[in-house]
Amino acid sequence: MSAQHNSALPAGSKRRSLRSRLRERWESPLAGYLFISPWLIGFLVLTLWPMILSVYYSFTDYSLLEAPNWVGAKNYSLIFTNDTVFAQSLKITLLFVVLSVPLKLVSALLVAMLLNKEMKGMATYRLFIYFPSLIGTSIAVAILWKNMFGADGIVNRIIGFFGIKGVNWINDPDTALSTLVILVVWQFGSSMVIFLAGLKQISRDLYEASSVDGASKIKQFFSITLPMLSPILLFNVVLQTINSFQMFTQAFVITQGGPVNSTYMYALYLYDRAFGRLQMGYASSLAWILLLIIGAATALIFLSSRYWVFYEHERKGKA
Amino acid sequence: MSFSLNRGTWKRHLLLLASSFAMMYPVFWWIGASLKTNAEMGSPSLFPGAPQWRNYIDGWTAIPSYSFTHFYMSTFELVFGVVLLSLVSCSLVAFGFARLDFPLKKIWFGLVLVTLMLPSQVTLVPQYVMFNAFGWVNTYLPFWAPSSLGVGVGGSFFIFLLVQFIRGIPRELDESAKIDGCSYFGIYWRIVLPLTKPALVTVGIYAFLWNWDDFFGHLIYINSVDKYTIQLALRLFMDTQSAMEWGQMLAMSLLSVVPAIIIFLLAQRHFVEGIAATGIKG
Repeated sequence: MSAQHNSALPAGSKRRSLRSRLRERWESPLAGYLFISPWLIGFLVLTLWPMILSVYYSFTDYSLLEAPNWVGAKNYSLIFTNDTVFAQSLKITLLFVVLSVPLKLVSALLVAMLLNKEMKGMATYRLFIYFPSLIGTSIAVAILWKNMFGADGIVNRIIGFFGIKGVNWINDPDTALSTLVILVVWQFGSSMVIFLAGLKQISRDLYEASSVDGASKIKQFFSITLPMLSPILLFNVVLQTINSFQMFTQAFVITQGGPVNSTYMYALYLYDRAFGRLQMGYASSLAWILLLIIGAATALIFLSSRYWVFYEHERKGKA
Repeated sequence: MSFSLNRGTWKRHLLLLASSFAMMYPVFWWIGASLKTNAEMGSPSLFPGAPQWRNYIDGWTAIPSYSFTHFYMSTFELVFGVVLLSLVSCSLVAFGFARLDFPLKKIWFGLVLVTLMLPSQVTLVPQYVMFNAFGWVNTYLPFWAPSSLGVGVGGSFFIFLLVQFIRGIPRELDESAKIDGCSYFGIYWRIVLPLTKPALVTVGIYAFLWNWDDFFGHLIYINSVDKYTIQLALRLFMDTQSAMEWGQMLAMSLLSVVPAIIIFLLAQRHFVEGIAATGIKG
């Protein structure tokens, strides 16, 4: 932008070369900060500062309508000792995570393995199987689900065809959560695509060598596919766990947290406290507890990973 | 065409066909059901007895005083603004991280990656308080402003994706442009940006889809019906119906996913590769 032509000229005198060296030294940092300045401002003003404020709010009784008053750890002690809804929503959310993440990933892996072959029609299969994930989190899908799993919906008709008595999926506390789990598992597409990319990386030689040794397909899966894929599995587990903890839209629209709070996800409860009752302080405490729980879950997964994730370069290093 | 299918291939085809059917059945049923009467709704059949095209016509104007045309225009206004601003801000930032050296760069970039994983609930309340104080509630500014700073929906992901891509562009091009007297902005604008086009397309697609699908943000920041997006309009439709007009509702919700489907089909290759590269959503 500026007169940088100078730097392109042959350095005539020592003074000029010093000046151009100085410019070289400062130009890049200055330009660098200019280029990243949108994000830097965004990060400081819209992420970091809100996080600091959020910590502060969590120790106040802030209600949006009145200025915040410091109340110490009252919100936290209330949450842990006197809030049965918190305990319920946390329990439901954990149950949801524990059910949906493994089911989703197992489906994703199985289908990815089916798709991992050079064959006619693969692109079409992949398109069809990925499709539900494309229309993923929209309200449209929630409306579809609400209809399909209604008392007179097609799901009951179809299982009735097999002689199974239908249930009131959405209005029965025993089944409402599984309705949501099925929806989330149906959308395993993006995990599947990541698995597929990982499967394509595994060298054919490994399978050929083990076939020569007479290993069965199942043996190959456990001794080649799974170990080689474990870093990607770790990535998917972490990603899906973090996402599942924040489940909101579908529970909000399909079941509204009900019946009898059986699908009252943590994010839903937080939303109700913040925007239903305008208890911004209390909601901030809930948000920090959620962050710590997600952080702990992620840490746990990473800690456990040394027992089940296999890194090829490490093995080579030790050998 | 070769028909030399051995036993293994047959089995695989069969399993894949079954999976595809299981995955697509709800979608096909949805299309059929959008043309059904309420009485037919419980039928697992994919085809309506007599197609009720009225579902589309009546559904389009079912919400009093605003037709779906209005909601689509609003949503496009919001989403295109976000897409455009995200492309500009994220590409500038990514160029800075990928090509320039400056103190603390590693720390800042590390923070980009950290925010990738940060649950939005933690900043939710203070951000709302802030935007509320600015008088931005019930405008699209709570979506446009963060996007223009690269911290909107998917912002960190876009920066990360673009940085990875720009790192793959040979630096010799920059060097020779620099010798020719090109400024850093010139290098960004004339050298790097044109070569980054495939990644920019990916970013544009994601920004479109995620903001089109976003419900939580819309729910919190938009509260008058004349500013409603499609997502909010569909929810309103569902909540205000005393006698559920399922056919109309399914028709309108089906239309609401059409833009996503069109974009997906047009740019399928980009899309799948993008997910494979990082796979952050879903």
